[in-house]
Amino acid sequence: MLELNINGQTFEVGDDVDPATPLLWVLRDTLGLVGTKYGCGIGQCSACTVHINGAPLQSCQLPVERAVGQEITTIEGLAVEGELTELQQAWIDEDVAQCGYCQAGQVMRATALLAQNPNPSDADIDSFMSSNICRCGTYNRIRSAIRNAADRLAANRGSNSRGVV
Amino acid sequence: MTRHEQDFELDPYVPESIQRWRAERRKAMSLDRRHFIKVTGLTGGGLVLGLGASAPDVVRAQAGADVFEANPFVQVRPDNTIVIFSKNPDVGQGVKTAMPMIVAEELDVDWEQVVVEQADIDQSRYGVQIAGGSTSIPSNWMSLRQAGATARAMLVAAAELELGVDAAELTTESGHVIHEASSRRLSYGELAERASTLPVPDPVSLTLKARPDWKLLGRRITGVDNEKIVTGQALFGIDQQLPDMVYATLVKAPAIGARPVSANLDHVKGLPGVIDAFLVERVGDPIEFGIDTAAVLPGVAIVANSTWATFKARDELEVEWDESEAASDSWSEAVAEATRLGAAQGEESLVDSGDVDTAFAEASATPEGFYTYQFASHADLEPQNCTAWFKGDSIEIWAPTQTPTMAIPAVANLLGLPEDRVTLHQLRGGGGFGRRLANDSVCEVAWIARQLGVPVKAQWSREDDMGFDYYRPGGFHSFRAALNNQGRLSAWQDHFITFGRNGRPISSANLTGREFPVNALPNARITQTLLPSGIPSGPWRAPGSNALAFAIQSFLHECSAAAGRDHLEFLLELFEDVSPPRGGGSGGFGGGGLDPARAAAVTRRAAEEAGWGRELPAGRGLGLAFYFSHRGHFAEVAEVS
Repeated sequence: MLELNINGQTFEVGDDVDPATPLLWVLRDTLGLVGTKYGCGIGQCSACTVHINGAPLQSCQLPVERAVGQEITTIEGLAVEGELTELQQAWIDEDVAQCGYCQAGQVMRATALLAQNPNPSDADIDSFMSSNICRCGTYNRIRSAIRNAADRLAANRGSNSRGVV
Repeated sequence: MTRHEQDFELDPYVPESIQRWRAERRKAMSLDRRHFIKVTGLTGGGLVLGLGASAPDVVRAQAGADVFEANPFVQVRPDNTIVIFSKNPDVGQGVKTAMPMIVAEELDVDWEQVVVEQADIDQSRYGVQIAGGSTSIPSNWMSLRQAGATARAMLVAAAELELGVDAAELTTESGHVIHEASSRRLSYGELAERASTLPVPDPVSLTLKARPDWKLLGRRITGVDNEKIVTGQALFGIDQQLPDMVYATLVKAPAIGARPVSANLDHVKGLPGVIDAFLVERVGDPIEFGIDTAAVLPGVAIVANSTWATFKARDELEVEWDESEAASDSWSEAVAEATRLGAAQGEESLVDSGDVDTAFAEASATPEGFYTYQFASHADLEPQNCTAWFKGDSIEIWAPTQTPTMAIPAVANLLGLPEDRVTLHQLRGGGGFGRRLANDSVCEVAWIARQLGVPVKAQWSREDDMGFDYYRPGGFHSFRAALNNQGRLSAWQDHFITFGRNGRPISSANLTGREFPVNALPNARITQTLLPSGIPSGPWRAPGSNALAFAIQSFLHECSAAAGRDHLEFLLELFEDVSPPRGGGSGGFGGGGLDPARAAAVTRRAAEEAGWGRELPAGRGLGLAFYFSHRGHFAEVAEVS
């Protein structure tokens, strides 16, 4: 039996799951958290990006036993009580998604970017986001949405309201 | 002959089978346009407006309880929520948002009151439901407008009775019928039940909104699934989960045409999580692309309690393959052969117009170019997958397919079931690009599910997805052009070396020969040679165009360079000669063709915006290209270092 802390909740994973199973498949098949996506399984596309203690990581590369005791955040856990983060809202406002399949990973990665660099330049964005592949080619709008969210967060900080990414 | 039939012409780059379905549907619609829209009551009040392809017997306005199940197209609910069902699959092209917008525009409702649902897959009520050929909007434009306008007209007619005033005094806005003279206003929801008892007007009799009156169309509306996408809610094919669902993967024969002889099945069955493992023989013809093909690739199926367990088990799978009939195509051999063949004319003549030999004899320059493009996988980011539940005499399927209407007969044929025993639920596709036009993943899971009796999701690995595609075929163009002493293009020659099977180009490896600039020149010679191929091929986003645009337009630029001409001027001059003015061009359907005036305008505009002709630092240059495809005129400028 493994205990996982995902999005602030404790999940139990039974003994029928091999502890070497990548976190990705435990999230999707065992726990039903299907927002995290399978794209390549070899750490090349980053569709499966989650946060481990706030840092972005490809969940297809992390054996579930090594996720025990860590704070895991998935795309389902970004919005708190249904309130979207500024970045999620910017993603909707900029109509970033085409097919949408890579976007959970993109949003997770971009969330981590803004947490460490609240005012990224276009070059910062392109460099940080280069790990995440979008087959539809939504890169320009990804950049716009990140800029948009950064501006909103800056405005929020100015007005002392919550500055959640 | 109706206007629709007149408009129909075969598109060389859309699979004929898709065009056949589409033609049949148009015919059905035009025969019975009056009965195209049907209206039914909604249990518990409300108006349901359905869109039927050709079902005269079900056309009636009635308030009945049963008809709630009848695939409604528009629902007006008593609380004034408008539910609009989007009929076609969405694989990223945005039709789940765009099609309901068209209905909402004519219905005259606010987007905020609209709830969009994916329609059931049911040809008898929605006609053909596909995402292919870039046709969802042009093909459905008028019927969607009429669906909205018909519902609006009936709601106005209901208000006429309710308020005792003439319809001419009534207007609509934001889901309300308004009688300005008496300052009275009724919501559509309040009128819905009464409207559902009224006769359905002939949609052709209705006045549709004039373009200046549009409120939604032309506005950017964010995709209806966007919130689900950024919050990770289940949406895609791969996200489907069912109680007691098991997971499968089919380890396909690594060589096309090979078959499994034996495998260490007992060992695999003993691996953690594995429930079953069995050999799968080839069914039907899985090599030839077809949207309604009932076929399964041969291999070994592994069924387990998780996707990961199937993937782990395949690592230990050992199979003896019989490769005696496997394809042995070699790309490097094809390149060598095409290079050799390119020096001469091809075996088959596609175009032979004017006097090409004289034009070459009199030419002041004769540039040549040899262009190559490779086989390409669609590489959808969501690897192919499908979920199915076989229940003995029926099957239920959850699929991210682009061609759900054709998946149903494919599965019915495969399993020997009547079509009405096959139910298909449409899920969002994580990319399509033409890959999901083929229903191979649907057939595969249906075939596996048939042996299980519990819900099963068959998941392809990334490697499977890249390795077992209906590839965009590779090809070669050996070009030669004649330039006269005024630096004008006087003749065009192309030996197209492509891939064939049974004497015909494989799917999407064809060329009409009418592509611009052939239709602008008096002298042209296009020939074709087929190299043998056993590789599965099929349409890839903008079939044909995706390779031809680069090859033809790049060589055209080589021609203007050889003539020492400005490429913009060179292209504009060619557009003037396009003949017939509205014919020819590639990828146009429904009578659409290359329009020389639009071609010139778009090319001028692109050149202008890019600063064509401006001074550039050493080592940098501008390239300009035009292309016509799928009724669209495109121009592009690239700055290259």
